[in-house]
Amino acid sequence: MSKPEFVYVTYIETTPEKLWEALTSSEFSRRYWFNTELKTNWKVGSPFALVMNGTTTDAGEVLEFDRPRRLSYTFQHVTSEDARKERPTKVVFNLEPHGKLVKLILTHEDFAEGSKLLSGISRGWPAILSSLKSLLESGTALLIPPSALGIEGFE
Amino acid sequence: MNIDHFKPAIVYTIYIASTPEKVWQALTSSEFSRKYFFGFAVEAELKVGGAFIVRAPDGSLHIGGEVLECDPPRKLTITWNVNWPALVEKLGPTLVTYEIAPAGGAVRLTMTEAHDRPIDDDILSGGRQGWPAILSSLKSLLETGAALAIKMEPPQRMLAALKQMGIGTP
Repeated sequence: MSKPEFVYVTYIETTPEKLWEALTSSEFSRRYWFNTELKTNWKVGSPFALVMNGTTTDAGEVLEFDRPRRLSYTFQHVTSEDARKERPTKVVFNLEPHGKLVKLILTHEDFAEGSKLLSGISRGWPAILSSLKSLLESGTALLIPPSALGIEGFE
Repeated sequence: MNIDHFKPAIVYTIYIASTPEKVWQALTSSEFSRKYFFGFAVEAELKVGGAFIVRAPDGSLHIGGEVLECDPPRKLTITWNVNWPALVEKLGPTLVTYEIAPAGGAVRLTMTEAHDRPIDDDILSGGRQGWPAILSSLKSLLETGAALAIKMEPPQRMLAALKQMGIGTP
């Protein structure tokens, strides 16, 4: 059995610096990540939180900040009692220059066996990263209603 | 062929600012596929039992298959058999399903590669490398009018594994 994790790869016509900016600034994230802000000072070891429409949905800590190559933080869903029982998971973004493009590799790992969070994030990341790619390439993020993702409790 | 015995090995989902009809057309026409699929030409006879072919840039047959489910512009299931000696004999047929669904102002495209037996990670590494590149490029083509110039290294890990199994590779 392979360990429970989610990996997503996409190629974006942009520079590592611009992609880094989009991954670390709330000004960008609000546009491609369902109106989510990234609350942190980005110092390794500092608290990290996702704030969606003004409500903190996930909290964790910054693990790596190696501009513009590798970004990592932990992630614990905090909106429900059930979610809070799950241990924090780890998100890693690797940015690899690929000619005039950047290959973005997202790995979300450290899920417990039978994690309820895994199926939700497996539906969420493709929408978020597709929208990020559109924003960087065309200047416009995607208009995807949260209900289209089919994630229980995310509407 | 009974496709119920096939299990998903690779799933890739991408959202595209487009319409289901345009995504369907991009997946099934050589005019589009040559732009986003490294010069490869998709030739699909869009009916159940119809031929599904992908030609290499030099015109040779790269993938031979058959249309198993065809529900435009929602679902297309095809056999996707790379035309290398002994490949189907040793690995069984490869099934590819495209599912297209509206998602607000975008379209969700989900590609599922399925097999009727367990396939080694070394062999699946080829598809894991290829699908994100092909479908990222398809998205760029439909949204911006220009496909991505992705320089792909040959999938060495997969080729080595196939060679070891006695499957002919280029």
